[in-house]
Amino acid sequence: MKIIVCIKQVPDTAEVKINPETGTLIREGIPSIINPYDMHAIEAGLQIREKAGGKVTIITMGPPQAEVALREALSMGADDAVLLTDRAFAGSDTWATSYTLSKAVEKLRADIIICGKQTIDGDTAQVGPEIAEFLNIPHISYVRRIEGITQNYIRVQRLMDEGYDIVESSLPVLLTVVKELNEPRLPSLRGKIAVKKAEIKKWGPSKILADEKNLGLKGSPTQVKNIFAPEVRCDKKILKGAPEEMVDALIQELRRLKCL
Amino acid sequence: MPIIVNIDKCTGCKECLASCPFDAIVIKEEKAFINEYCQICMACINSCPEGAIEEVGEEVSKKSQDFLEHKGVWVFAEQRSGKAASVSYELLGTGRRLADELNVELSVVLLGASEEEAQELIRWGADKVYFCDDPIFERFNDEPHSQLLSSLINTYRPEIVLAGATPIGRSFIPRVAVRLGTGLTADCTSLLIDRETRNLLQVRPAFGGNIIATILCPNHRPQMATVRPRVMKRGEYIEGKKGEIIYIKADNLSSRTKVIDTIKEISEIAVNLQEADIIVSGGRGLGSARGFKLLEELAKLLGGAIGASRCAVDEGWISYSHQIGQTGKTVCPKLYIACGISGAVQHLVGMQTSDIIVAINKNPEAPIFNVATYGIVGDLYEIVPLLIKKVKETQGHREAEKR
Repeated sequence: MKIIVCIKQVPDTAEVKINPETGTLIREGIPSIINPYDMHAIEAGLQIREKAGGKVTIITMGPPQAEVALREALSMGADDAVLLTDRAFAGSDTWATSYTLSKAVEKLRADIIICGKQTIDGDTAQVGPEIAEFLNIPHISYVRRIEGITQNYIRVQRLMDEGYDIVESSLPVLLTVVKELNEPRLPSLRGKIAVKKAEIKKWGPSKILADEKNLGLKGSPTQVKNIFAPEVRCDKKILKGAPEEMVDALIQELRRLKCL
Repeated sequence: MPIIVNIDKCTGCKECLASCPFDAIVIKEEKAFINEYCQICMACINSCPEGAIEEVGEEVSKKSQDFLEHKGVWVFAEQRSGKAASVSYELLGTGRRLADELNVELSVVLLGASEEEAQELIRWGADKVYFCDDPIFERFNDEPHSQLLSSLINTYRPEIVLAGATPIGRSFIPRVAVRLGTGLTADCTSLLIDRETRNLLQVRPAFGGNIIATILCPNHRPQMATVRPRVMKRGEYIEGKKGEIIYIKADNLSSRTKVIDTIKEISEIAVNLQEADIIVSGGRGLGSARGFKLLEELAKLLGGAIGASRCAVDEGWISYSHQIGQTGKTVCPKLYIACGISGAVQHLVGMQTSDIIVAINKNPEAPIFNVATYGIVGDLYEIVPLLIKKVKETQGHREAEKR
């Protein structure tokens, strides 16, 4: 079984703060982490390997420092890692990102491709299904349990709004996974020592036979027009006075607005 | 590189350094310099007090050839067990507004469900419904959905296609965008038209709600977006409104995935939360599970539901099904009363579109006050009991008036 896990290095958005004056992100001291949903994707890949045999390859597209994320994935027990890094990839939207990742998957070949359900920085959840379409293979989103897997078949539970579906697919297939699927393992000490020496492959556009016009900013149908801080309400009113006075004022306002 | 520092304007003040999520700005010889780590995320553009950070164009891609042939606004109306999901009506409200502004038709694609349901969508604002009742669409399956929607779009060429940012929309719409070679913006919270270019301005939160971005798809058609449920308002329901239903055949659809079974597993609490007009919500400031007893009393009095911040859920004071925010539910009640919730951005994204927000918090600096319509700085254990007492009085008064 050839398993590929796609991951992304992201800033820990739980730690991100906004500078209220400039409306920009305060990045200082914010750690970079493996996207939390991708940790579950890595764990899923390792568990499938334990059951069905095979090899787990981790791929990511990003700036050179994303190598740190790949080393962490290797220390959890993955066999191999590829970093797609080049200036030509910069500025990719989900269309160009999934094109690039799909070209790398094509080169590596896989029976199962696993992604986290979404990243915590972009929050789009689009890259997984888009990779599947580029590869012309089926995908199943929001996998919360793998009920069975053989060399050419998989059966999973797919999380939906009002419960879950039981879905079967032929292989090759792409899965996007949710947190309920598993508990990611910690890197082993042996793994940590071994990865220090591990070689990480670095591939650019020519290595994956990518068409340059589909890459990066140039290959992205969507463009960011601007970024701003979330709006502050303009009708806001801080009530003043003793507790009783404030509550009275609130009751009056709520009655005026017909909330009471 | 498309983002550069204009060396003549740069004063070397280092203001921009912290704005970069990728550590791509460095100071060299007392000037800022953008290195190869740059991902062109634009976060730095507004950080420079001198305006020295500029986007330089390399005219990006050319407009696709059939650009001008695309006309009309489309909404994909998802259905569950034969009923259009509530997000479909919200999309019709927004779609109607966009279509009127562009002076074009509003059409709906309804796969599965009944003709009656199609008529209902017309009364909610659609001019046309592309309707297919083939049993293949009874259960949601990505491949047949993406195949048929893509081929309909290729045939009829709308300029805008909207779908709900639900598990269904977010799973198969990306496949459609790739098939059509066009852009897709996820989970939008606001959609506007740029009158000059007829471009759709797609507004969405990113970085866990810490920033808001406006996204464009200037050179490709259709422009596609998924829209966050319960953020946009429904349109007007017009009894007796007439429209056209176009019957579609499901020919040549194939699927390598098969949906064996659909299991319902939804708690009553979750349903109540999303339908409630009034939500009383508690956070870390409650201090213990006991605090929710007090909030329940208020909620019961107002006929509202109980919500919670992630802190309160993580502390084990209340179950996850009450959680509101990025990793919980998005709600949009008429009245949201936040008690002892500081207002981390992850919570705000789940409730800030509520009509009226009341915040009760000890800390006057708490970010919840930035989104509150009415703020009360004080101890919730003093304020809430008072509020309960006064609400009772008001209601008693009104009862007396009625008699």
